[in-house]
Amino acid sequence: MNTTHNVLIVGVGGQGVLLASEVLSSVSMEAGFDTKKSEVHGMAQRGGVVSSHVRFGEKVYSALIKEGEADVILAFEQAEAQRWIHFLRPEGSIIINKYKLFPPIASMKGFDYPEDPIGAVKKRTANVTVVEAVKLANGLGNSRLVNTILLGVLSLRLDIPTQIWEKVISERVPKGTEKLNITAFQEGRSQQ
Amino acid sequence: MKAILSGNEAVARGCYEYGLHVATAYPGTPSTEILENISQYSEIYSEWSPNEKVAFEVAMGATFEGARTLVAMKHVGLNVAADPFVSMSFIGAPGGFIVVSADDPGMHSSQNEQDNRYYAKFAAYPCLDPSDSQEAKDFVGSALDISVRFDTPVLFRMTTRICHAKGVVELGERKEYEIRGFESDIRKFVVLPSHGRLRHPMVVERLNKLREFAETTDLNTIEKGSSGIGVITNGVAYQYVKEIMPEASVLKLGMCYPLPLQKIRSFAGGVERLFVVEELEPFIEEQLRAEGIACEGKRYWSNLGELNPEIVEAGFAAAGILKSAPAAPQKEEVIPRPPVFCPGCPHRGLYYSLNKLKALVTTDIGCYTLGVLPPLSAGHTCVEMGASIGVAAGMAKTRGDGRGIVATIGDSTFLHSGMTGLLNTVSNGAGITVVIADNRITAMTGGQQHPGSGKTLAGNPGIQVDLPAVCRALGANNIREVDTYNLEEVQTVLREEMDKDELSVVITTRPCVLYPSENRKKYKEPIFQVDPEKCIGCKACFKVSCPAIGESDEKTAKGLPKTYIDELLCTGCSVCSQVCPTGAIQRIE
Ligand SMILES: Cc1ncc(C[n+]2csc(CCOP(=O)(O)OP(=O)(O)O)c2C)c(N)n1
Ligand code: SF4
Repeated sequence: MNTTHNVLIVGVGGQGVLLASEVLSSVSMEAGFDTKKSEVHGMAQRGGVVSSHVRFGEKVYSALIKEGEADVILAFEQAEAQRWIHFLRPEGSIIINKYKLFPPIASMKGFDYPEDPIGAVKKRTANVTVVEAVKLANGLGNSRLVNTILLGVLSLRLDIPTQIWEKVISERVPKGTEKLNITAFQEGRSQQ
Repeated sequence: MKAILSGNEAVARGCYEYGLHVATAYPGTPSTEILENISQYSEIYSEWSPNEKVAFEVAMGATFEGARTLVAMKHVGLNVAADPFVSMSFIGAPGGFIVVSADDPGMHSSQNEQDNRYYAKFAAYPCLDPSDSQEAKDFVGSALDISVRFDTPVLFRMTTRICHAKGVVELGERKEYEIRGFESDIRKFVVLPSHGRLRHPMVVERLNKLREFAETTDLNTIEKGSSGIGVITNGVAYQYVKEIMPEASVLKLGMCYPLPLQKIRSFAGGVERLFVVEELEPFIEEQLRAEGIACEGKRYWSNLGELNPEIVEAGFAAAGILKSAPAAPQKEEVIPRPPVFCPGCPHRGLYYSLNKLKALVTTDIGCYTLGVLPPLSAGHTCVEMGASIGVAAGMAKTRGDGRGIVATIGDSTFLHSGMTGLLNTVSNGAGITVVIADNRITAMTGGQQHPGSGKTLAGNPGIQVDLPAVCRALGANNIREVDTYNLEEVQTVLREEMDKDELSVVITTRPCVLYPSENRKKYKEPIFQVDPEKCIGCKACFKVSCPAIGESDEKTAKGLPKTYIDELLCTGCSVCSQVCPTGAIQRIE
């Protein structure tokens, strides 16, 4: 029996995908799970595609999630949600940040940004949550809170006590912004 | 206490716990974070050396003194350090010596995917190959023990998925070891032919002892399964095998060279079918076949790229062991995102200009290699670090004319292995233009210091080598500096130099905008905006390939999308404003 939880976090280099998966893996370790996380650093830093696999459970071998086996996908960008949707298992759910980033190559012939990435994702699964995290973050007065808001939404899909999330987030964010980040996390948790 | 660590962080932690004294490296993905993390421990002397060969040599000196020592590099770095690597085998490692080679199957950020386990066989080193972060830490201790016990350097081979994946690691305390000091013995430490002839039999004997050790060490473990299937595996492949084949018997080779042949024979005897699952080349499989041990491996798993659970599963399905997996879910076609220069990158103006001037560009390895990609499209050859200058000189010599040939090389790369190429160009006289793209940092690998950065690995003030003076000392007399934020200046200077059949060196002066992180604030100049009234949608500005420039929802009268500049991303470098034909891009005062 496989009780390993599989979370895939995706986005574009520089968006904070790696920080988010860092928080999630610390949270699951603190919750007592064996945890593995895998991603590739390198070229991804320069505006490339970034994906981070986080797996936790009693005993985890492979750090990589198989295609079609992610329980949750958290996408920081719409086209990236579409790029990685084939990793979702049939009953899985996907959270999409309503945000678009155009790669410079979009200026060239034959490379068009997808017309309706969220629509394309909805064709493949009913379990889609769209979050306007940028708007929410600006509402809280700081566009950098996008990351924490999305983690708040993610936390609703995983059975780990809120206190652990809040503890890890407080340890990870810049000093002095702990309170603001907890508010952002709660803001994420109020999205449904 | 437990922590969640990457393989690289775990190696650094292992170095701390197992009493390492000295660590050296030249950065290279995926190995870089090992030294970055070691540098936080004041108990260990650590340094960035200008290249892998020098890093290896400094480390050798340390272990000759009796220090417990590690040197780290990416797989191709070992090619650079291959000369001392091979010779050291004859000498041994009095203090304990680990060579980390971080291989990059799948070429996430490398030019090739060579399998460096072969280096172990080639130079008669034992090779350890951890399969997760916990082992990455533990194996540092095992490697040092083996090294001291057998007086041998040890190859510690990792791969991208081990280096960068994180897992839970149990932490321990540091144990201290004494440094004995150098004990002179010229037959050991001076590799004259006469001494080498005495040492070579010692190498053979050492390898035989290591073979015996391999049979009993708990680095090589058997997990008995309930099926008749046996799998020999190592490194990250072990994890995929456990995931996909929970019932199989598994022999995990934590030490993949030399092989424990008796153990393997008895393991093979206890199973109905024996498989070898290993990433990249059939390193283990070939040795089993040579010994007449029947096994199946590369027939089912390609030697190209990385393995993953799907590939391991498909291989066992092809072998008739597993039911064929259900068809993989269909992928969506989505626009690619090739890596690009950061907004404000000092390299942008250089490659835009080289393209405009239609230069024949031999380029080199670093962020600036991205100048090869469209739409900048400036760069015709790139091989390995330092090659640009030699290749340009070879072309010029063959043509009998160096005009229009430009070698571009980064500062870290120039200091790594470009200086000798320049010296050769001076002494043999090729009329090329050499551009040193000096952004004052090793940017591609994440911003490491080098002798031109003004800081050491530990963050202490260091020298900032004077590049024009170095070039002059190497005999180049025509040296010019340019600001790549000024396209006219760059193009004028390059045109003048490319038009001469004489060696010239052009050095760019703008620092990287991303590293060190202080630069991000320092270079945030007043930013630019597109005046939609003036934008004609010609996309000339897209040609500078800046991530801050995108299409807006507004259209021109002809229906062409207008351009906008993302204010969060723009650094105010002004390059795009210099290419706009209508002056629509203006600084916000
Ligand atoms: C032999 C070898 N060692 C290390 C690397 C990893 N590496 C890739 S680019 C680079 C250096 C880049 O620095 P620089 O030349 O200053 O260019 P920048 O990235 O700063 O533009 C390094 C170390 C490599 N590819 N080959
Ligand atoms: S890291 Fe520095 S050198 Fe590399 S692309 Fe960014 S600005 Fe340019």
